[in-house]
Amino acid sequence: MYGKGILKGLSVSAKRFVETYLDDLRWLGRKRYGTAEGIAHRGSKDGSGIFTVQYPEEKIPVPEEFRFIPFLVYDDGPDGERTLRCTSCGICAKVCPPQCIWIVRSTDPATGRPIPDPAEFFIDVDICMNCGLCAEFCPFDAIKMDHDYELASFGRNIFDKAKLSKSARYYEGIRPANAAHENAARAAKEAARAEKIG
Amino acid sequence: MATLAPAQTLDLSARFPGVVNADTRPAYSGWIVDKDHMLEVAATLKNELGYDYLSSLTGVDYLPEGKMEIVYHLYKTSGGPGMVFKIQVPRADPIEVPSLVPIYPGAELQEREAWDLLGIKFTGHPDLRRILMWEGFAGHPLRKDWKEAYFEEEVKPLKSRWPEGKISQAESKITFEDNVAYPGGFNPEKWTPEGEAALYGALASFQVEDATGLKTDHVIVNMGPQHPSTHGVFRIAVLLDGETIANLKPVVGYLHRNHEKIGERNTYIMNMPYTDRLDYLSSMSNNFGYALAVEKLMGVKPPDRAEYLRVMMAEMTRIANHLMAIGAMLNDLGAYFTPMLYALEERELILDIFEAVAGSRMMCNYFRFGGVARDLPEGTSGKIKDLFFERLPGRIDEIDRFLSENEIVRARGIGQGVLTAENAIKYSAAGPLLRASGIPYDVRRADPYSIYDRFEFDVCVRQHGDIYDRLIIRLDEIRQSIRIVQQAIKQLPEGPVQALKPVYQVRVPPGEAYGRVEGPKGELGFYIVSNGKPNPWRYHVRAPSFINLTAFGPICVGQKIADVVAVLGSIDIVLGEVDR
Repeated sequence: MYGKGILKGLSVSAKRFVETYLDDLRWLGRKRYGTAEGIAHRGSKDGSGIFTVQYPEEKIPVPEEFRFIPFLVYDDGPDGERTLRCTSCGICAKVCPPQCIWIVRSTDPATGRPIPDPAEFFIDVDICMNCGLCAEFCPFDAIKMDHDYELASFGRNIFDKAKLSKSARYYEGIRPANAAHENAARAAKEAARAEKIG
Repeated sequence: MATLAPAQTLDLSARFPGVVNADTRPAYSGWIVDKDHMLEVAATLKNELGYDYLSSLTGVDYLPEGKMEIVYHLYKTSGGPGMVFKIQVPRADPIEVPSLVPIYPGAELQEREAWDLLGIKFTGHPDLRRILMWEGFAGHPLRKDWKEAYFEEEVKPLKSRWPEGKISQAESKITFEDNVAYPGGFNPEKWTPEGEAALYGALASFQVEDATGLKTDHVIVNMGPQHPSTHGVFRIAVLLDGETIANLKPVVGYLHRNHEKIGERNTYIMNMPYTDRLDYLSSMSNNFGYALAVEKLMGVKPPDRAEYLRVMMAEMTRIANHLMAIGAMLNDLGAYFTPMLYALEERELILDIFEAVAGSRMMCNYFRFGGVARDLPEGTSGKIKDLFFERLPGRIDEIDRFLSENEIVRARGIGQGVLTAENAIKYSAAGPLLRASGIPYDVRRADPYSIYDRFEFDVCVRQHGDIYDRLIIRLDEIRQSIRIVQQAIKQLPEGPVQALKPVYQVRVPPGEAYGRVEGPKGELGFYIVSNGKPNPWRYHVRAPSFINLTAFGPICVGQKIADVVAVLGSIDIVLGEVDR
């Protein structure tokens, strides 16, 4: 019969239409929109009917490995002072594919020798391609990729050291598994060094 | 599996004494052919030795030696390893070599690219115009002595970034007069593109006279560069006889950024995220091809678990790409966005996995030399199992039910836009385009790389080579890819995912390598020449979307204008890869 294929196809559309309302029934009494549970369901293998997420009212949680714009990690001292982990070794600037990292190394005013602390640190975030190579190759866990993807602005974005710095606690919050792993590795290294000295 | 003919059996230098010599440079392979006898050798290779498929054609500028080398990679569509031959010419203008188009018509666009970017003149080429750069452009940008505007330093990393960090913005340097090189006597205000005349000339406009003595002019119609159905900034110049297409030329290059020049100035690892941006719908495959080529040079083999992860990711990318291709193609056929969104739903779930594993949905940057960037995060393998065992197979069947028996799709597709098997090989068509024409050629089986020989899957093939077959074969391929992912996730071994110590600058020994994978759009190859420095000396991408366009004109001739968009959709191009 001519037109059978079209009808068969339309039945698929009809099925999806009905599923949308079936889902409403299945979720009766539970909140389907604006809840973590509802968002997770729509993006899971069982998701059917309505698939979309109403951004910005609803946001899909980003996975731990999600990467968006690097930031510099600082550790909080006991008196509230902030020490950047960065030693201005320059590996991130050297591995950066679009070359959007600029680092000014500090020098000791007395001797003129470089000291391991960045005097300035710029990232041109409009050029950054979010590849994550800087974070991957940083030997000091000092530069990490952020999760904050809402960066729209009217102007040009060049982040300086103050804007880039975020606390180690924040980092542990967005990437718990990675941070735990790295902290353990660092502690082991320090213990080994202490043993050598002792 | 295809029987592999040992490469050693081929001895061209005995066959052509004095004309062909083995390439004896260390870590190079293949043959160096005398320029004047090249056509004769190529004809023998094609007609007698069975190398019927021209995979890649490119040039290498050996500036220190004062030589320009043209490199040809040939394969047999019956399978097995390929062969490479080169011709060397002095690097003094004009660089002229015979065109290979009379023997391998698939060379047409590739030779135009080599002329455009390297300034190699192919004598006997039917239509040697610039292809990626604009017609008034001065110089040939892939030559090693060509410097771009705002030239800062020969190679990255740039010294200005560290330790002094003199921050500057590229756009602050834009002073129109100072930084742009124009040809002598060029005035942007008065310039009219002569390239247009050349383009229309190449279409060969003429008059026809019918039996009653009525004279009709052919009409040239331009579709694009910004046409809703051209999948990006792509232009088609069509010569029409009434409604019938008399000739057609794709006009590309609107997204050109000279990926290869950028690649030659990057260090090896820096290129990995750039390859994501070639065919941005299937970045995992691009990573794969590049990693294979560099690993060939380095002599590294990734650990088993990494190989499985690579195959899984590459197959997932194929599914995501084909879903997009099917959706976009049905859009082009007029099924406005309903099938597209159904396909996108499934693609979305695959992209979620990419995001969890690689950190980004489309610009994955997941492969590293000697492995992959990181292992599967916790819970991801469960997600993959759920998706590939419980959801996708059924959903693909649903898409199949939804469209493949649809009378409109069949009427628009069956018997339309036919590419015969013979033509498909002739024009170096690759991937689904080639297999829908009845050639069961799949790099995964014909010349297995990575661990594809461990999986059970079929090489999909369809016989008619029309639009409908090119649509259905993508569904077939999705089903095979699901099979591969199912096997891979079941067999996934434990172990490390990286064979090398992670370093930010890898050491790549000098030599050449051609790594190729079966990308979703066809054979994706990377030709890399290393001179032992941190940056590749030559970095060439054999882009399947670009080379598949060679067949676009011949497919369309004789069709109606309304079918052009459908044919284009069935070829499945991504302009990021076409224009590079």
